[in-house]
Amino acid sequence: MNSLRRLFAIMQKEFRQLKRDRVSFAMIVMIPLIQLTIFGYAINTDVRHLRAAVSDESRTDLSRELIAMVAQTQVVDFVGTASGPRELEQWIKEGRVSVGIVIPFDYARRVERGEDQPAQLLVDGSDPIVGQAVMQLAQLRLPGVKATATSRNAAVEERATAMTSPVSRPIIPFEVRLDYNPERISAVSIVPGLLGVILTMTMVLFTAVAIVRERERGTLEMLITTPVRTAELMIGKIVPCIGVGLVQISIILCLGVALFHVPIRGSLVDLYIAGLAFIVANLTMGLLNSTFAQNQFQAMQLTFFFFLPSILLSGFMFPFDGMPVPAQWIGELLPLTHFNRMSRGILLRGATLSEIGRDLWPLAAFFCVVMTAVLLRFRKRLD
Amino acid sequence: MQQNPTLQDSKTPPLQPSNGLAIEARGLSRRFGHVVAVDALDLTVERGRIHGFLGPNGSGKTTTLRMLCGLLRPSAGTAKVLGMDVAHAAEAIRRQIGYMTQRFSLYEDLTVIENLEFVAVVQGLPAKKRRVRLDELLGRYGLKDHRRQIVGTLSGGEKQRLALSAAVLHEPKLLFLDEPTAAVDPQNRRDFWETLFDISDGGTTILVSTHYMDEAERCHSLSILDVGKLAASGPPRRLAETLGQRVVEVETATPREAQTALHRAVGVLSVAQIGTHLHILVDEDASDPVGVVTTALRDAGLKGQVTSAQPGLEDVFVAVTIARRKREAARSAA
Ligand SMILES: Nc1ncnc2c1ncn2[C@@H]1O[C@H](COP(=O)(O)OP(=O)(O)O)[C@@H](O)[C@H]1O
Ligand SMILES: [Mg+2]
Repeated sequence: MNSLRRLFAIMQKEFRQLKRDRVSFAMIVMIPLIQLTIFGYAINTDVRHLRAAVSDESRTDLSRELIAMVAQTQVVDFVGTASGPRELEQWIKEGRVSVGIVIPFDYARRVERGEDQPAQLLVDGSDPIVGQAVMQLAQLRLPGVKATATSRNAAVEERATAMTSPVSRPIIPFEVRLDYNPERISAVSIVPGLLGVILTMTMVLFTAVAIVRERERGTLEMLITTPVRTAELMIGKIVPCIGVGLVQISIILCLGVALFHVPIRGSLVDLYIAGLAFIVANLTMGLLNSTFAQNQFQAMQLTFFFFLPSILLSGFMFPFDGMPVPAQWIGELLPLTHFNRMSRGILLRGATLSEIGRDLWPLAAFFCVVMTAVLLRFRKRLD
Repeated sequence: MQQNPTLQDSKTPPLQPSNGLAIEARGLSRRFGHVVAVDALDLTVERGRIHGFLGPNGSGKTTTLRMLCGLLRPSAGTAKVLGMDVAHAAEAIRRQIGYMTQRFSLYEDLTVIENLEFVAVVQGLPAKKRRVRLDELLGRYGLKDHRRQIVGTLSGGEKQRLALSAAVLHEPKLLFLDEPTAAVDPQNRRDFWETLFDISDGGTTILVSTHYMDEAERCHSLSILDVGKLAASGPPRRLAETLGQRVVEVETATPREAQTALHRAVGVLSVAQIGTHLHILVDEDASDPVGVVTTALRDAGLKGQVTSAQPGLEDVFVAVTIARRKREAARSAA
């Protein structure tokens, strides 16, 4: 009973302090806002004038028409003509161009036969901005086989007749080969990952600082001379931060939907449950951090130590399946890995928690192990 | 070590009847790396007393208090607080002690009443008693008008009184105060000591650290610390008496010249100018202190009236530190 009262007193104190702490308050809102906008827009920017080269082995009117059509979109500027696909690939690898168009020698014949994807777009997918931009080119449509006119107006008319004539349906000119980024990262797919990344950073730092600040200001010395128990102190510190985390999830989701049209295909309740487990796991990590850090600067450094592998090995940055097996093992230990799977599953694929709930248990295990470490490490002493 | 003072200083209140020891430490030591902050300290404090820790900055006062509160583990030695061993019963001890830290350690971004309520709950004060107790404390320590004030905006004296109310809120049997008057003016210091005597009258044992002589003089008993070592201990009066006739005063028209001459004289440990006269501490080996000073003045061709004077705590302190320096010098010479 006394224990509950003490726990409640600590929570109330934390809430009061948070309420009066403008800087922290601003951080709660601004970090997701800034991060999401920067990441999202950087990816979403309507990029134009990418450097491109073409390898035209067909050299027909039809192929020149395709090149002109691509140039007209202004997405790319042609800066050279390559002798063949090999050279194009080399140029992309060297970074001289971002986009290559390969028109094979039998291009004209394939167009006349009405085959889809007679030509190929080589894209430097290592840069998600480029990948996103070039997708516009993939949506170009060639007029049907019967088309002989070369003007765009004629092409539009042709498309109209194509509706009624099955022979002259428009054909898809490009097979897109996205090199270096087979997962096709885009704003839509990055937001669920970003959700976890932002939470990792703020949550770990938040609890770490909550304890370390008391140490710096000397109030911890007063606190640990009272009968308060370590578990009461730790839980009392965590609970208000959970609220902060849930607020951040909501902010990121609202922004994601409003700015980047991120779909919410699954249930929001499922997402918040997954979020809750993830938040708690990260908060305990912050507590563990605080048992090492003597001041806020060290707390920040330690947070970064945890943040970096989280970003790199969780599948946020690189596709998880493509990572070396030992890296995957480490990745499996990180809360972000499991949350990424759940948030992508729920938001993008409409999965339910019962389908992807197997990623909840690692979070629970993480919490138990780390919390035990915290309780063992935190001493009500100054040495 | 601890002796019952038979001579009562007019400034100290009558003693509570002693009923056992509140603190008992033997060979208490603490090192931080190569620094020995506290070195084999022996300490006994009887219940109901006000015991002072007198020592300059860095002499190990805070470290000792922290060890007694169970906040730092001793590197060596043992300590019993209220009959319990600090090494094993730190939690049980914490329920019965109050600790006012040297640095203000309440929440500056909460109000006075929010801080006190927080401490009250954490200290396990029953809800029914809480209101009455807090009102009583706010009244007694002159904080009624500051109830809803953010603590960061309080004055030094107000912060100190708030810290004291928080430390005594749960009516501890033993109160540790670490340089409680460091941030307040002389008037507030005097008032503060009046409150300490009130608390002491209620039966609470108080261990207070300070580097002010006038405060040390008010304690029932004292431990003088010097670079981590216990240099002297006992009631302030008795400590001063141990100096016997070693303090001499000189009334002279040429104090500066006399001071220079006396500094060089054999057997003179320290000379301090106080107004127009000189306050001199003579070596303990000198059989006739007044004679030593008179001779030194005559040899320098100076005039002055030499009289024996009543030793004070300041002299005890000076004697202790000089004795230590002499020991160190002898050791490094050997
Ligand atoms: N946490 C610590 N780490 C290292 N040295 C310390 C620590 N605390 C105190 N000390 C050292 O121990 C000595 C005694 O310090 P302290 O107990 O604070 O003295 P006082 O309270 O009398 O001023 C000082 O030399 C100080 O530098
Ligand atoms: Mg100190």
